[in-house]
Amino acid sequence: MNNEYIISLLKEDKRIGERKLDEYRDIKITYDVSKNAEGSARCKIGDTEVIAGVKMDIGTPYPDSKDEGVIIVTAELSPIASPLFELGPPGSWATELARVIDRGIRESRAIDFKKLCIKEGEKVWIIFLDIYPINDSGNLIDASVLAALAALKSARMPKLEDDKVIYGELTDEKLKLNKLPVTITFGKIDEKIFVDPDSKEEDALDSRLSISVYDGNIHAMQKGGNEGITIEEVEKMIDIAIKKEKELRGVLK
Amino acid sequence: MDKRVDGRKADEMREIEAKVGIIKRADGSALFKIGDTIAIAAVYGPRELHPRYLQNPETGILRCNYDMTSFSVTERKKPGPNRRGVEISLVTEKALLPAVDLSQFPNAVVDVFVEIIQANAGTRCAGITAASLALAHAGIPMKDMVAAISVGKINGKVYVDLNKDEEDVEDATDIPVACTARGKKITLLQLDGNITKKELIEALKLAKSSCEKINKVQEKALLEFYKQNE
Repeated sequence: MNNEYIISLLKEDKRIGERKLDEYRDIKITYDVSKNAEGSARCKIGDTEVIAGVKMDIGTPYPDSKDEGVIIVTAELSPIASPLFELGPPGSWATELARVIDRGIRESRAIDFKKLCIKEGEKVWIIFLDIYPINDSGNLIDASVLAALAALKSARMPKLEDDKVIYGELTDEKLKLNKLPVTITFGKIDEKIFVDPDSKEEDALDSRLSISVYDGNIHAMQKGGNEGITIEEVEKMIDIAIKKEKELRGVLK
Repeated sequence: MDKRVDGRKADEMREIEAKVGIIKRADGSALFKIGDTIAIAAVYGPRELHPRYLQNPETGILRCNYDMTSFSVTERKKPGPNRRGVEISLVTEKALLPAVDLSQFPNAVVDVFVEIIQANAGTRCAGITAASLALAHAGIPMKDMVAAISVGKINGKVYVDLNKDEEDVEDATDIPVACTARGKKITLLQLDGNITKKELIEALKLAKSSCEKINKVQEKALLEFYKQNE
């Protein structure tokens, strides 16, 4: 299957697998996929699969937010997931992926960071959110965001004794979340805009835009791809993203 | 008779599950679960080997990488490679090498990536068992299959497939072993602890018979896959 085939289909508003332009592949969430994690989940979008895990520790807060916990997001693009990934320190795409997820959660204040303060200016909870793509068949961003939110949603606070974490023992207390902002990623080829690009569409696309939405408001955006987009196109994508928000969050039940 | 913490008999492994074809982008893939330990493996190749100076004009080469997810253990592991992972990657490669035939693929590499999703002891053995399945699923020419299991000694008695609680007992001796199914050769053997010759031989025999059982499960997983995809 080559790029021309994808482009010729799109001219008639068609896609591989008879998907509509605004249609996601099947999305499936599985919770608690790794027992030793404080929270974990798997997200599948079509053949794309990502697992995310949450681990927690005690540390010091940032000097500019003394009464708030900290979140650290990493993405490991292990070569297990794609013939295009290589071993070695995180490359630019892994860093972009981690930062897009981080911003979606941080800037929307998805987590109640003030609840993660133990002693102001001294001790706070640090949340490590680690993302591992297992199979990259396209749109790792949306799959990673959903896996991340599901892992956070299922996370339970570890047991604390004398301000030390007792690993392997979790309390019944859940990590407090304010909201679950989902990300909708668009591809654009020529004048056609579509959601949830698969890996073949990713190879062919001119530009990409990811929009993180909660309650009709936009919390983060990231543009990718080599071509520019117009304000009108951004507007159109935002409209679709807002329409898709409920459907995506619905899978996190 | 000493009871084990989870009620198993001395020669009883934890529950086993094997499945192939779990990673679509890979040329071959497999999942192997033993108790609470879950390993997945993907095979890519044969493909061109870079950098070129590593190429061998006589044969293809096998390259293995073992990794654990940061959240697979109770205390978070920093993502990425560490010394332990580098060593396990190497012994994994050596455990699998006698079973594959890469002579048809000069200058090429077959890459094997193992990821531990959830860890409760025996992860390198689970990884090797998954990797062997993934190689077979990828259609790499194979002379044999490899299965691996850890055996060990606690308080003077030999047991198969120690779990984390057993492995953490003071003075426990841990012996990961890999065996080829047809050749009946040992391709991985490591030992930490203190053991007599008699005990070691008993442990190795136990490992061998356990690997035979694991191999049956591997065969079944491959058969199931081919039945489904007929």
